[in-house]
Amino acid sequence: MGTILFLVLAVLTIAAALGVILHPNPVKSALFLIVTLFLLAVVFVLLEAHMIAALQIIVYAGAIMVLFLFVIMLLNLQIDDPDRGRRQVVLRGLAWLGGIILAVELALLVRGGPAGNPAAAPAGYGGALAVAQSLYTDFLLPFELTSILLLVAVVGAVVLAQKQRRPTIS
Amino acid sequence: MGLIEVGIAGVKALAVLLMVLNLSAILLWVERKGSALIQDRIGANRANILGIMPFNLGFINTLIADPLKLLTKEDVVPKGADKFLHFLAPFMAVFPVLVTFAAVPFGDQLVIGDTVINLQVADLDIGILYVLAMSSLAVYGVVLGGWASNSRWSLLGGIRGSAQMISYEIAMGLALIGVIMTFGTLDLQAIARAQGHHFFGVIPAWGIIYQPLGFLIFLIAGIAESKRVPFDLPEGESELISGYFTEYSGMKQAAFMLSDFAESVVVAGLATTLFFGAWQVPFLFRDGFHFPGGAIVALPHLLIVVMQILSFTIKVFVLCLFQILVRWTLPRYRYDQVMDLGWKYLLPLALANMLVTGVAIVLLG
Repeated sequence: MGTILFLVLAVLTIAAALGVILHPNPVKSALFLIVTLFLLAVVFVLLEAHMIAALQIIVYAGAIMVLFLFVIMLLNLQIDDPDRGRRQVVLRGLAWLGGIILAVELALLVRGGPAGNPAAAPAGYGGALAVAQSLYTDFLLPFELTSILLLVAVVGAVVLAQKQRRPTIS
Repeated sequence: MGLIEVGIAGVKALAVLLMVLNLSAILLWVERKGSALIQDRIGANRANILGIMPFNLGFINTLIADPLKLLTKEDVVPKGADKFLHFLAPFMAVFPVLVTFAAVPFGDQLVIGDTVINLQVADLDIGILYVLAMSSLAVYGVVLGGWASNSRWSLLGGIRGSAQMISYEIAMGLALIGVIMTFGTLDLQAIARAQGHHFFGVIPAWGIIYQPLGFLIFLIAGIAESKRVPFDLPEGESELISGYFTEYSGMKQAAFMLSDFAESVVVAGLATTLFFGAWQVPFLFRDGFHFPGGAIVALPHLLIVVMQILSFTIKVFVLCLFQILVRWTLPRYRYDQVMDLGWKYLLPLALANMLVTGVAIVLLG
């Protein structure tokens, strides 16, 4: 039962992920990304990692992607850039390079990772209590550093968004 | 899982779904009649099915006539609209709102023989996060409706709606953190149970006593999330015709309307669960009433369960009525005022609330 569910989910997730990179319309691509993130959250639920699943939806599917959509819809991408052809070749090359590096990393991780049986994890390891305990004990320093990083990013965004105070020409 | 368990789960899911849908439909009527009452009009009084009803059955007529009218209206898809997304948007608006109630407990436990039935569709230990996750998805109906319609008014409404919903989600989440800190759990049923005792034996220990400011912020943010007056800028009839659902007609438009009403039911349901003792009845315990002064009235189990469900329903309904009252009392904000209220007042207040709650917990143990 669990395996069948996982396989169905995996196929759907990969299909949605392919949709992100293959669909010509950027808005549809972003929507496919939302579907991918949502399905990933369901995979997390299957792994009993309820906390991560909820956060995945709240943070990624529910907040960040809304802003993505927002920007894409507002920008209404223009395609009359003269340099577009040459730039696209470079970008494609970079994308392939990045993709290959990621694939190799993934393969190495899968081979060298713990020969783990996910079912062997202790009960409730994905609940709020277990996640909070490991975050605030073992990973306290990285956690706090991340929050400082985010705070700096927020301050930076506020500074950038401030209206420019130019001297007025009378 | 046996067949009986699946059956029970199905019945519970259906019951909660019907409760939200029925409450939304009743609210639609209450809104029409209530607004009439407030504005000194008569309100909906013309529904008379086929002209053959000998008398006006009041709200039952309207309840049947309104959906029938909407169902039979022409469904218009504007030229140049993205047909698939235009079709999808109303579903995206309704679905997250309807599934939110799954985590909200509407009673304690029903014991029949050896079977213990939790009166909650999904017993999640991260209940509040589930609710926040689903309500954060509700924004897509607005965004897609606004974008896919290929209309400037729709797009402007959609942009206003999504900006507003994201802004108030933050204040709402931070207001809820105070509640989570107070009760020390994310499980809505556990929060409901924790509100069962009484201060000095007389005052029910409901969440609002611990978190009055949290409740205020939550309610304001909740009304803003459901895009109702005084926060109905995404709709903004006076400048945007109907905002993000300008280009919708018939049942799809009704779906958007339904999602707004269902959202206020959800806000009321959450406020009840977190701040007004959920299904708790004052002085009612598992074996009957324990009045202050020592008087005990023992009651049968089934009656207690019915009273709990009734208590929950009544509280939700009263909070819904309050939202309607607010809607027909206050004028609409200006858009910059909406943003100011969310970011400059509610957000810092919610943060301060968190801080005070934390200090209080440390000091009082």
